[in-house]
Amino acid sequence: MQMTLAINGADHALDVDPRTSLLDVLRDHLDLTGSKKGCDHGQCGACTVLLNGRRINSCLTLAVMHEGDEIVTIEGLGTPDALSPLQAAFVAHDGYQCGYCTPGQICSATAMLAEIKAGWPSHVSDDLEGAPELSAAEISERMSGNICRCSAYPNIVDAIADVGRDRS
Amino acid sequence: MRPFDYQRAPSAQAAAELGAAAPASRFIAGGTNLLDLMKIEVERPETLIDISRLPLDTIEQTDEGGLRIGALVTNSDLAADPRVRRDYAVLSRALLAGASGQLRNKATTGGNLLQRTRCYYFYNPAMPCNKRDPGSGCAALEGENRIHAILGASAHCIATHPSDMAVAMLALDARVEVLAADGSTRTIALGDLHRLPGETPHIETTLNDGDLITAVTLPAPPGGRHIYRKVRDRASFAFALTSVAAVVELVDGRIATARLAFGGLAPKPWRDRAVEEALVGQAPSPALWQRAADMVLGEAQGHGSNDFKIPLVRRTLASVLDAACAGEK
Repeated sequence: MQMTLAINGADHALDVDPRTSLLDVLRDHLDLTGSKKGCDHGQCGACTVLLNGRRINSCLTLAVMHEGDEIVTIEGLGTPDALSPLQAAFVAHDGYQCGYCTPGQICSATAMLAEIKAGWPSHVSDDLEGAPELSAAEISERMSGNICRCSAYPNIVDAIADVGRDRS
Repeated sequence: MRPFDYQRAPSAQAAAELGAAAPASRFIAGGTNLLDLMKIEVERPETLIDISRLPLDTIEQTDEGGLRIGALVTNSDLAADPRVRRDYAVLSRALLAGASGQLRNKATTGGNLLQRTRCYYFYNPAMPCNKRDPGSGCAALEGENRIHAILGASAHCIATHPSDMAVAMLALDARVEVLAADGSTRTIALGDLHRLPGETPHIETTLNDGDLITAVTLPAPPGGRHIYRKVRDRASFAFALTSVAAVVELVDGRIATARLAFGGLAPKPWRDRAVEEALVGQAPSPALWQRAADMVLGEAQGHGSNDFKIPLVRRTLASVLDAACAGEK
């Protein structure tokens, strides 16, 4: 099927089987290999990208369903010469070991901080209607869709908290 | 994944017509459960009808003072809606207890209701499963059944319905709006949407081919304390072993109204109105909680590795009712 996808601000014309996941289009057709395939079932979060500003699992959606949407991957958040604040914070805090989950962690955290800013509550928020805190418990709960098999969680939480504090 | 014919529905009516006309078709919106099952070929639709762009993604006030939630409203948007947070807190809490941030951004209201069980044997095509392959048997009955049902199950299937959202909606007396292929519309009480397995566990709902869920409506907000308590094997991103949705109103030290629904226990979200009636007019006490649990669990049957759910429900219910009456959130 022919389709055009807007990824990291550029349009890409594609001709792919309708079964192709957004993740497979990114990695196998567009060589955007920052998004990682971990479980391919929405359980690990390594494939997290931003869809119209919101984080989703790119393995659990069909590319053909996303014509007209704005997709941003880790490659669109920053470059080696111009890191995004979260990319820089993950480096500063050593928020990884093997690094495989890191692009998904950073995409997820980017949208998660926007969710907090928008006032979305979480499972651990005491008050559904108040402004959410940026506590470690809140960050852990909100990031539970991103697994780190090396268990670098303490440093991941510190990196995210650093950037979140700067924004609030 | 098996090949399929992909079609974008231009309207809800066209979707319903396509769904009735195309054999072995499935609607796709968020896709988080359907695509997962298509990858392992448990779901093998020949036609995939994309309804994700239909204008069913708004939450509106109803004339009765309730809410009409479009079928395509995401779990994230529903949980964060200021009216839901203020007036239907049990629903926000249930949604936030489910899945992950990424999945909630994709999962829709209609899709959440129609998601399939997470029974390990349903997910494993190498094993017998009457739901996946009618007549093949139920491997869970004599197998690992930690997550399985203790109420409402049958000798043919002991799978549970996995939704948190539906449990809260059931406690809130939600109704489901359905559009049929012939253009007619009807509403179904949420409690009547899912069927018990009986001898036909592969028939999970009372919907017909082509029937499209267009919205869920909630009546005017019930007063009282709203609690959703979910007990699971890890603190986040896991399905319920058991859950309790409670909306309880206390007047002068006695229970004036009580709405209780249970998740993780049965093939459908579970509500037992006799229990609620037995609580009304009574003063809170541990003995009353035990009598309520006795009633809920009257027909309960464990299957080995899920026997623990019976005492777990007892304790969870007591804890929730304590919290509801003590004024804790």
